Amino acid sequence: MDSSALQPELPRLRRYARALVGERAAADDLVQDTLERAWSRVAQWRQGSDLRAWLFSIMHNLRVDQLRRPGLNTLSMEDEDCVVPTRATQSDRLELVDLDAALARLPEEQRAVLLLVAIEEMRYAEVAATLGIPVGTVMSRLSRGRERLRLILDGRSPSTNLRVVR
Amino acid sequence: MSEQAITEADLHAYVDGQLPETRRAEVEDYLSSQPEAAARVHAYRAQRDALRQHYDPVLEEEIPASLLQLAGRAPVAVDAKKQPFLSRWSLQRFAAGVAIAMIGGAAGWLGHARYQGGDQMVHMTPLPRQAAVAHVVYSPDVRRPVEVTADQEDQLVKWLSKRLGTPVTPPKLGAIGYELIGGRLLPGNSGPVAQFMYHDSTGQRLTLYVTTENTTNRDTGFRFAQEGPVNVFYWIDGQFGYALSAGIAKSELARVATAVYDQLEHK
Repeated sequence: MDSSALQPELPRLRRYARALVGERAAADDLVQDTLERAWSRVAQWRQGSDLRAWLFSIMHNLRVDQLRRPGLNTLSMEDEDCVVPTRATQSDRLELVDLDAALARLPEEQRAVLLLVAIEEMRYAEVAATLGIPVGTVMSRLSRGRERLRLILDGRSPSTNLRVVR
Repeated sequence: MSEQAITEADLHAYVDGQLPETRRAEVEDYLSSQPEAAARVHAYRAQRDALRQHYDPVLEEEIPASLLQLAGRAPVAVDAKKQPFLSRWSLQRFAAGVAIAMIGGAAGWLGHARYQGGDQMVHMTPLPRQAAVAHVVYSPDVRRPVEVTADQEDQLVKWLSKRLGTPVTPPKLGAIGYELIGGRLLPGNSGPVAQFMYHDSTGQRLTLYVTTENTTNRDTGFRFAQEGPVNVFYWIDGQFGYALSAGIAKSELARVATAVYDQLEHK
């Protein structure tokens, strides 16, 4: 791989990470870890295959590892508990709803699918390959994620509120 | 013309423009008679537009320099022709005697570890094995043996120290004939570890693997392990674990290990 090959992918990696993780510094840390792992595994990348999909799947795997560490998960959920109830609501109808906060209330797996489809405009099959799940699972997560987000944005709380923290 | 029922998946594919032309017309038909579904489709579209509008500005942000640098890191060219200024052979002979004594001790330690190693080490890859694998993977790499080269040693030190959360510096081994090529960050058992790579005048490479993952708080003396063709000297010092790996004779490796140990001790 050419040494400059990764650079053009940076803006999109950052956008996805920001939407997925929510917080800027943490998102850029995830991008940094992704680049590091990409370089260390550059031999696994097949010339001519989709570089972006490869990078997104590396990022996805790193994120899964991150979330498996209970410490991190607990922290972000506590954060979330603080942010949601105290945010100002008076401008909701003027300024969009706080999309960051709403997205953060989706389960990570639904959020990832939704973002890859909506923001990255990936085909369903690409999403499946990137996340290493069947297309059927992509569809059900997309469906549940969209419906849940719709209820949150409508100000109706979806059935279960926050995920249980392990 | 197919008359299949419109599914939930069809509705999403419709929103995302991933339906074939004919199916799209069928979905549109369906939506015209199903206000509830039509409202959801409308909401999902609005959602997608809002998400793009909200996150697209990230594309225009200035990218942090650290990411740019990491993304555009040039492949490393290794200069194997650099000559060390001091012959290592005389030193090696001198050190051989010391080394033989040390190997005896190390072998003893290794046996000791075997008998003790039942508890928390079970699911962890032992230090010498991790180090040997990392050595085997990266040291033969011609184009990119390290992530950051020695000519950016300051950056290397800063970066690895930041990532490991504690100051780490590569020892200077020029006096015994080994020059720093550079270093890289690697995944260890539970977090980042650092690897420094050196080579001698013949191009022979050795790697120093540094972890900060030790939690047993049990310092050790030198231990020796052999992982296939790779010989490894390793020891634990506080939170740090060090492992020196190379495909060279034990005695030579012991000599280097002593030099490394001395420098780390007298920092």
